[in-house]
Amino acid sequence: MITRIDRRMAKLKDEGRPALVTYFMGGDPDYDTSLRIMKALPKAGSDIIELGMPFSDPMADGPAIQAAALRSLKGGHSLAKTLQMAADFRKEDDETPIVLMGYYNPIYIYGTERFLADAKAAGIDGLIVVDLPPEMDEELCIPALKAGVNFIRLATPTTDDKRLPKVLQNTSGFVYYVSMTGITGSALLDTAKVGEAVQRIKAQTELPICVGFGVKTAEQARAIGGSADGVVVGSAIVSTVANLLGPDGKVAAADPAEAVATLVGELSQGVRSARLAPAE
Amino acid sequence: MNQPVAPNSFRTGPDEQGMFGIFGGRFVAETLMPLILDLEKHWNEAKNDPAFKAELQALSTHYAGRPSKLYFAENLSRHLGGAKIYFKREDLNHTGSHKINNCLGQILLAKRMGRKRIIAETGAGQHGVASATVAARFGLPCVVYMGATDVERQKPNVFRMKLLGAQVNAVSAGHGTLKDAMNEALRDWVTNVEDTYYLIGTAAGPHPYPELVRELQSVIGREAREQILEQEGRLPDVIIAAVGGGSNAIGIFHPFLDDKDVKIIGIEAGGRGLDGAEHCASMNAGKPGVLHGNRTYLLQNEDGQILDGHSISAGLDYPGVGPEHSWLRDTGRVDYVPILDDEALEAFQLTTQKEGIIPALESSHAIAHAIKIAPTMGKDQIIIVNLSGRGDKDVHTVAGMMGMEI
Repeated sequence: MITRIDRRMAKLKDEGRPALVTYFMGGDPDYDTSLRIMKALPKAGSDIIELGMPFSDPMADGPAIQAAALRSLKGGHSLAKTLQMAADFRKEDDETPIVLMGYYNPIYIYGTERFLADAKAAGIDGLIVVDLPPEMDEELCIPALKAGVNFIRLATPTTDDKRLPKVLQNTSGFVYYVSMTGITGSALLDTAKVGEAVQRIKAQTELPICVGFGVKTAEQARAIGGSADGVVVGSAIVSTVANLLGPDGKVAAADPAEAVATLVGELSQGVRSARLAPAE
Repeated sequence: MNQPVAPNSFRTGPDEQGMFGIFGGRFVAETLMPLILDLEKHWNEAKNDPAFKAELQALSTHYAGRPSKLYFAENLSRHLGGAKIYFKREDLNHTGSHKINNCLGQILLAKRMGRKRIIAETGAGQHGVASATVAARFGLPCVVYMGATDVERQKPNVFRMKLLGAQVNAVSAGHGTLKDAMNEALRDWVTNVEDTYYLIGTAAGPHPYPELVRELQSVIGREAREQILEQEGRLPDVIIAAVGGGSNAIGIFHPFLDDKDVKIIGIEAGGRGLDGAEHCASMNAGKPGVLHGNRTYLLQNEDGQILDGHSISAGLDYPGVGPEHSWLRDTGRVDYVPILDDEALEAFQLTTQKEGIIPALESSHAIAHAIKIAPTMGKDQIIIVNLSGRGDKDVHTVAGMMGMEI
């Protein structure tokens, strides 16, 4: 089954440039602002959208995304509302791929089968569920593949060559390479090391490789985009939203959607120039 | 939930995937997956290695002071006028609780794996102190994550950890309790994968931790079984233990699980009552979900967001429970009942007055249930309560509850 992700990745391959994958937290700081941010992303140059599903205990996330999840939940957001947001977005845009990213428990409580049916109906193309390694594939990965939803797996620096086939086995859409051991939004990454890792994974799969964790600037996006098929930016976007909120966690004077669009525009220039410059 | 069929033996779990029925498993980020597979491999080797067993045995005897005594609480039993109550005296262990049993085993494992740095989470601080203790003994740096609320209510233990050379990191996320400390410990581990050993304090988390911690704590039940046979010539009628994550409870329960005539009761923190949100009775008022690497009963809302809960006892202040307890609940082998803050406090005072033993607030929950049921039982019947820790750490909390200042 071909998803929007497959089509978008094929198109970018033809264009000879990496994808810009942008993560934001659904419902942060409120439903309407968050939906406007989502709509602004493709217009500013994002190729694939990662829609964050808030969870009370995001064990693999740093302070920026932890705080965003709490703001979202405090505002009454839920998994049902995240799916609604995707459906609202789809009324205007039927091309941009949407990947849901988060943790397993809200999906488990929603009910796996019901979740997959509703996600599919809302126009979701892929899932990234941080706490479901290949050892737990029966839980959601296999049902998702059967339902025609991509299950995008994380590969990390601790995933060695021996383990890699297991990680790649049921992965589809793309492989998300986590550039470092650590939580989201951590320090600067080592571009050369990331390039080596991307090559190592490419030796074992035809799937596109997107790299995330620690990419904050257009320059980093350009550098990573030199070797990867896509660059994921998350915490920088979430922090941009947070910086414009008042002490009460609500939108103050400036519009977060505009600020996010500005940042994503810059990042987009980064990935668009990634393959133009001679290899370093 | 479907009621699982009762197995031939309750002592064979988990299966190769780390499951106890539908509970347990390995719900962790990919970064940690190779680490827990490596841990499983080393643990399987270590537990069958006579040298490992001998070293653990020697430390347990000469450093921790095992075996712990099985004490007949004669005054309390007479006062209640029913069953004979015995205390398994884990409070007499080095560091003052059952936590040392697990820490000694895991520090030997860490050493065997060549790990250079220890991290741990703690609620009441008993596990933090035990971790800091074994880290000092084996010359490894130790970082303990502790909820900010718990840092405040368990000051003596915070100071003990610091004296022992550990770094105590207060975690202010959420309610600042054990759940938040565990999140932060997992974040540390996922960052420092090269050199760090995560010394989990309870029989929860991703496989193999629930099994590993249970095996290290089962020494409590093995000893208690031998001791009661020696002292009374028969097995007890009832065993009671408090359940937070549930390591002291699974430790005393496990060797008795296949003794059908022994009634086993786990006590959850009923806090201020199960009607509201101020309790930690995940198996009485929660439902199965996935958190901290395993599927188990959790306090959560209809969206699958984890709730904070409440207990007077920091060690029971956790919205989940070890996965084997969830399975023992669903199979019906173990009954899990709540005890309120006030009932635990009364048990704390009565035990102190009648027996000259100041029990931890966690253990006081277990004693409170014995106080309830002993009068309904015959004088020839026997209850064993796991007195999992001593209460010196709780005197500030208790004074506060009694309206006193110290």
